[in-house]
Amino acid sequence: MSARVFVPADAAAVSVGADEVAAAFESAGAQVVRTGSRGMLWMEPLVELDTGAGRIGYANTTPEDVAGVLSGAAPGIGVVDEHPWLASQRRVTFRRVGVVDPASIGDYEAHGGWAGLRRALSLSPAEVVQEVTDSGLRGRGGAGFPAGRKWQTVLATESEQKFVACNLDEGDSGTFADRMVVEGDPFTLVEGMTIAAHAVGASEGYVYVRSEYPHAVAALGRAVDTACTHGYLGRDILGSGLDFDLHVRVGAGAYICGEESSMLESLEGRRGEVRARPPIPAVRGLWGRPTAVNNVLTLCAVPMILADGGAAYASLGTGRSRGTQVFQLAGNVRHGGIVELPFGVSLRELVEEYGGGTLSGRPVRAVQVGGPLGAYLPASGLDVPMDYEALAGSGAMLGHGGVVVFDDTVDLARMARFAMEFCSLESCGKCTPCRIGSVRGVETIDRIIAARDGQGDVPADLALLDDLCTTMTQGSLCAMGGLTPMPVRSALRHFPEDFEARR
Amino acid sequence: MTASTTDRAALVSAIAAAHAAERGPLLPVLHDVMAELGHIAREDVETVAAALNLSVAEVHGVVSFYRDFRTEPPAAHTVALCRGEACQAVGAQALYDATCARAGSLGDDVEVEEVFCLGNCALGPSGTVDGRLHGRLSADRLDALTRDWR
Ligand SMILES: Cc1cc2nc3c(=O)[nH]c(=O)nc-3n(C[C@H](O)[C@H](O)[C@H](O)COP(=O)(O)O)c2cc1C
Ligand code: SF4
Ligand code: FES
Repeated sequence: MSARVFVPADAAAVSVGADEVAAAFESAGAQVVRTGSRGMLWMEPLVELDTGAGRIGYANTTPEDVAGVLSGAAPGIGVVDEHPWLASQRRVTFRRVGVVDPASIGDYEAHGGWAGLRRALSLSPAEVVQEVTDSGLRGRGGAGFPAGRKWQTVLATESEQKFVACNLDEGDSGTFADRMVVEGDPFTLVEGMTIAAHAVGASEGYVYVRSEYPHAVAALGRAVDTACTHGYLGRDILGSGLDFDLHVRVGAGAYICGEESSMLESLEGRRGEVRARPPIPAVRGLWGRPTAVNNVLTLCAVPMILADGGAAYASLGTGRSRGTQVFQLAGNVRHGGIVELPFGVSLRELVEEYGGGTLSGRPVRAVQVGGPLGAYLPASGLDVPMDYEALAGSGAMLGHGGVVVFDDTVDLARMARFAMEFCSLESCGKCTPCRIGSVRGVETIDRIIAARDGQGDVPADLALLDDLCTTMTQGSLCAMGGLTPMPVRSALRHFPEDFEARR
Repeated sequence: MTASTTDRAALVSAIAAAHAAERGPLLPVLHDVMAELGHIAREDVETVAAALNLSVAEVHGVVSFYRDFRTEPPAAHTVALCRGEACQAVGAQALYDATCARAGSLGDDVEVEEVFCLGNCALGPSGTVDGRLHGRLSADRLDALTRDWR
């Protein structure tokens, strides 16, 4: 019998040669199963050999290593499930990612798939909403709004047509969990959206995938087709009477289309300009109809919540941050990847224990949490617990859970400039504080940097920058302009020396 | 890509017709035009507008809003490098600046673009080479990946 090996087809693994490794295993006569990634990204390509004693991992495999893996001569990392980095996590949303064949609906069912949907269909919509409310689940896209409350609004709004829309725009630098769960376990999103459709009374759903994610588009498209064939989508799902069609749509390269109303504009075929609110999308969303808009990770938590009950999910976490959070370790970090843990773990544990410090081996100087609109925290501020409220108390935000590590070569004035530049490039243009303020911000920081490195009047420009930040915070229609001051001000506050004249 | 004007109009009309029954068909149509023809020319905007019963101004407004929709034919080869924060933390800005400065040394007709995050932020610097994603990029790695262009 030929050996069975698991080789990730995840985009990150492919970016460092997993396809070539898979081809080499096939040439050597092995049976290759393409999976998602376990999220131990620094080990990619991480291949796993099926043995009687579990799946043994081989890190950073190249085509030249294939013979050694098959003969048992290559040094492995042991049984992957028992690797401490993985075994110490609490994988809920990511429990199947890297384990199952994402193309196999049979694999999905064998690993607990569809249990949540079956239970949901035996409950009334209001009961499903109650389960989600009881779980304490909050939106994972960034704003942290309670999912049950949003669904309740959609359910309670009368309309002959309602929609569910999934936000897979994932534009934040340092984040990749939406992509990985959809590439590695796409049926979970299909199941979560179908449960959402039943809960709010929607008959159609849309997934908005950014165009930078072609692997995710392909995996999801395949899963939707397969689910239709097997009666998990379409008419009279599992004989319940529920009709639900799911469509996959691709974005076109605009960060602002991750903002929910801009995403709806884009889905409707317009420029991705932010809509004024009210009305909120839950009342008037896609084509003016009530629409439940949720992030991928929010929707992917739902099947487990329905299968095991809201109380089981709520038993994890801390304070008003219930359940698990999928943290993403990125940037200058030795052990980058996916760390799923209950809320409340400290940033230090993520960066130092899981992350293993910097990739460069130099000291950690700054960590940006929560994407391009998130704060830069200093090495002395890493003891903050990772939950919504504690981070807010530190002048930071969780965002989509990205943790980007920088070593001591980082120049925070340059990073503050980049925040303004990014805003100026990605602003939808609808309001002046964001569109013009960000351009002024770039110019002002350029002067500060020039003065710092030579001669000039730094204090006056620092005051101007502070005014600009205030104007943007107070006068912007959405969080693009409203939160760009967060990275800028956190850089000024924690790293003032980077803005001062150098002697 | 050497379609005559009438062929081009017929092709674009057929693409639009294939999506006409969908809700909000404009982005899917424009993506297909990009995939088939490499760019969206001014006459394509007119054809799409007519086929979908939209104004030319509306279609033009959408084309100009999104980075993916280009109105000029692309270069023979494209390198897109990530300038997101996570990639900057491992030297992406220097790689981008250096690659822009030596684009000509990679090949005859090479365009170097900036992108902001490709979802490969633990394995940066990230980028795409003719659409294919690569991690842990360096100048040497780019040389190797573009060898066939020279
Ligand atoms: C500039 C900007 C970009 C955003 N990008 C995303 C994104 O890429 N993905 C996402 O899920 N939410 C994003 N959001 C948040 C959404 O507006 C919205 O809150 C979210 O999709 C709701 O889903 P949730 O409640 O499940 O988090 C963004 C918000 C802003 C202001
Ligand atoms: S803050 Fe910026 S992105 Fe948001 S609506 Fe205003 S201009 Fe558009
Ligand atoms: S920041 Fe470069 S891939 Fe995400």
